[in-house]
Amino acid sequence: MSVKILTKHFHIKDSHKIDVYISDGGYKQAERALKEMKPEEILEEVKKSNLRGRGGAGFPTGLKWSFVPKDTGKPVYLCVNSDESEPGTFKDRHIIEKDPHMLLEGIIITSYTIGAHESYIYIRGEYYPQAIRLQEAIDEAYAKGFLGENIFGTGYKLDVKIYRGAGAYICGEETALLESIEGKKGKPRLKPPFPAVVGLYNCPTVINNVETIANIPAIVEKGGEWFASLGPEKNGGTKLYAISGHVNKPGVYEHEMGYPLMKLINEDAGGVIDGLKLKAVIPGGSSVPVLRAEECDINLDYDSVAKAGSMLGSGAVIVMSEKTCMVRALQRLIHFYKDESCGQCTPCREGTGWMLKIINRIVSGNGRKEDVDTLYYIAKGILGHTVCPLGDAAAMPVMSFIDKFRDEFEYFAINKKSKVE
Amino acid sequence: MSEKIKVTINGKEILTTPDKTILQVAEENGIDIPHYCYHPGLPVAGNCRMCLVEVEGARKLQTACSTQVRDGMVVRTDTPQVKEAVRQVLEFMLINHPLDCPVCDQAGECGLQDYYMEYGQYDPKFIENKNKKSKKATPIGKYVILDQERCILCARCVRFTRFITKTEEIGIFNRGDHSEVDLFPGKELNNRYTGNLVDICPVGAMTCRDFRFKCRVWYLEEFDSICPGCSRGCNIKIYYNPHRPHKADGNRVLRFKPRFNPEVNRYWMCDDGRYGYKFIDENRIMYPLKGKEEVYLDEAINSFVSLLKESIPDRTFYLLSANSTNEELFATKKFFVDNYKLENIFLPDEDIFTGDRDDLLITEDKHPNTNGVKAIFNILYKDLIKLDELRELLEEKSISLLIVNRHELPEDVLDFIKENGIKLVYLGTNFNKTSKAADLVFPISVFAEKEGSFINVDKRFQKFSSRLEPLGVSMPEWVLFNRLSELMEFPVYYSSYMNIFKHMISEVGAFKNIDLNNINKYGVLVEL
Repeated sequence: MSVKILTKHFHIKDSHKIDVYISDGGYKQAERALKEMKPEEILEEVKKSNLRGRGGAGFPTGLKWSFVPKDTGKPVYLCVNSDESEPGTFKDRHIIEKDPHMLLEGIIITSYTIGAHESYIYIRGEYYPQAIRLQEAIDEAYAKGFLGENIFGTGYKLDVKIYRGAGAYICGEETALLESIEGKKGKPRLKPPFPAVVGLYNCPTVINNVETIANIPAIVEKGGEWFASLGPEKNGGTKLYAISGHVNKPGVYEHEMGYPLMKLINEDAGGVIDGLKLKAVIPGGSSVPVLRAEECDINLDYDSVAKAGSMLGSGAVIVMSEKTCMVRALQRLIHFYKDESCGQCTPCREGTGWMLKIINRIVSGNGRKEDVDTLYYIAKGILGHTVCPLGDAAAMPVMSFIDKFRDEFEYFAINKKSKVE
Repeated sequence: MSEKIKVTINGKEILTTPDKTILQVAEENGIDIPHYCYHPGLPVAGNCRMCLVEVEGARKLQTACSTQVRDGMVVRTDTPQVKEAVRQVLEFMLINHPLDCPVCDQAGECGLQDYYMEYGQYDPKFIENKNKKSKKATPIGKYVILDQERCILCARCVRFTRFITKTEEIGIFNRGDHSEVDLFPGKELNNRYTGNLVDICPVGAMTCRDFRFKCRVWYLEEFDSICPGCSRGCNIKIYYNPHRPHKADGNRVLRFKPRFNPEVNRYWMCDDGRYGYKFIDENRIMYPLKGKEEVYLDEAINSFVSLLKESIPDRTFYLLSANSTNEELFATKKFFVDNYKLENIFLPDEDIFTGDRDDLLITEDKHPNTNGVKAIFNILYKDLIKLDELRELLEEKSISLLIVNRHELPEDVLDFIKENGIKLVYLGTNFNKTSKAADLVFPISVFAEKEGSFINVDKRFQKFSSRLEPLGVSMPEWVLFNRLSELMEFPVYYSSYMNIFKHMISEVGAFKNIDLNNINKYGVLVEL
């Protein structure tokens, strides 16, 4: 039985209510942190924990917090990224639905650590019931005095507000998220300056994923070393793996970092549906390079997946059976990125649209053999040349799908039909 | 910041300061980095991605427009990787661009054309249908026409209206490859600087309603000048058409554009000044007139001399113009004040206190050289006369000869002159009611046809030159006063423009700190 941190209350009835959370020791860590620990001590524990950002980039959380400049005279903000829009990703939603108070406790501790007195939770517009549940949780926490003025009698003040997005994937990109909270169109900013220095309303800002923040109470409770010991080197803690696609039991499973991918597919998710053979897996949300079945014998932690030529990303595992037409699968992905490109910078704006036109043409039976090379050529022209990672997110699947399944693309382009259907 | 750092670009070691970006340092050192969205007068956007360069140690290519230089930084703009990236970004720009250069007014000064020749020249791979957008050749505002399909979404126009005019009329609507530049709902483009949008648009998305289709830009020639529209003295380039005289109704000057001067107008100019160029070619006085008949210059000058001799200085009256150049004013002073001993010489307050001004460039004094009059004639604002009190003044002083430089006299004054047989001499560039009522009219060349100098509202002395021939026999005022001096047997005679300029600099007290051999291209501050 593996350690559960994030899902430990999920089985309890009414786990989203504050009384249930408190009865299981909830808010004790926030109280202890505020009363007994200095911000530097908490930061030290988080650094030791090897907690890495769960939003997808895997940046060390403690390091990110330490970039906030001291004594600028400006307020510091904590923004919690709950935009969770990456296709295949649905883990944060479970935390918000089933254990919103763990998130809030994490927010209190994090805000205290970085010196923030205001925190925004940016939640995607489609998460309407989740936003309501979160607001209920915030109201409960205010009523108990865990938020607002003079928290736990320590004099520390913190306000938490929900900001609902309007459905744009790009607003999950941290600087577009800031623009959106500021009431502007969600378009990513140029970096540098980084948000830690110039963020929300030009003030120092930390932006963390929901899952990242939800880990904080456990780190404060049991210590950074304990957390770090849960996973392989530099990959502390547990991870919520959201598995979807052609498996018998899709869902969210919590395991220690470095959990084997094949075990997740075959044991947790009950194997590929209808006894079909595994064809491919996208291991970290739709933006990351695809893996062929024979490349899937890997462990799910940031470094191992990177070594296999892909990325752990948000831990969203998309499984494709042997019946999947990779051309149509890629068409769906390109369509998504074309729709979600903000249009600010040239390669992403024009490149995604161009790729979609080509793959639509291939699928409609008007392909040419050279189209496959052109697709690859366009993706290469986008990769690394854009303001934000959306360009890379659109380019990487295209390049990896073609690298690994070129025969299917050429077959479709030449024979005007799918190789597998 | 004075701290010097060392940066290497394409192997060339450069000493610079850390407050600059790679693109600025490269430009200063003659290294061309292509760019569309970057404009030195606007905040950095970093969205066109044309200025990608390789920075040693960086994982990805960096945008030169937004990356600040650091000590020891090694930058390359000439590697195959950079060239390929730039070429491909350009290809992306062009896939949905209509490529309608043959009917596009921007052709010849288009960023897409220029960079395609320099950084593109690829075999196009795009065979799909191009995206359609809603606005083709749609007028926005009085002077600008918008074509959304030609737009590359660099957002210079958005930033200009947000950060320079602060009027915020323009935004980018929709997302992805159907993004469009457009006016915000309910907004009109009616700020007073819209012509700059045409200048800063690097492609043919915003072209000028006034200029377009008049002449292909490659037929135009240009020279530097100073805008005479108000006392700001914006630095401009005048574009004229010497090779296709049948175009644009035979007009020579087809447009003004602002010229960079960090001390005056930076990169901008207002629409009033920009589109106020038409007086150069239209309604011009080209030949002397005597009693409404064209006459030879000699005859007109002889008549003027006779009038001057018939009248006496006490009964002669001269209305100065703040549109005259310093050199012309200097010659006027020599002739009338020093030699003819005229005391009735005044500057009217016409168009000086209009109240029409803003915080950017526009000043309320609609003359380029009121400060020049002040410097040369020692006139103060309190000494200005009001044109509507001119009638009483003429009556009081029993004036018999009135000489008007460019002004439009009020109706009552014109009636008074007619009724009392006062002789009226008009010096000017363009016809107006006063010139038509005058007994003698002398054609004066416009600022664009002569060398000269103005002093702007901030007491900045700015020189300008010309490449246009005066129309007809029009001439600078100082040339006219030369001729008159000869016939009046006055001692002063100027052999050339340089000659009068040197005399003026050495004789006028306000100009004592001007170094003849070293006049800054951005002008010199004078003491008034």
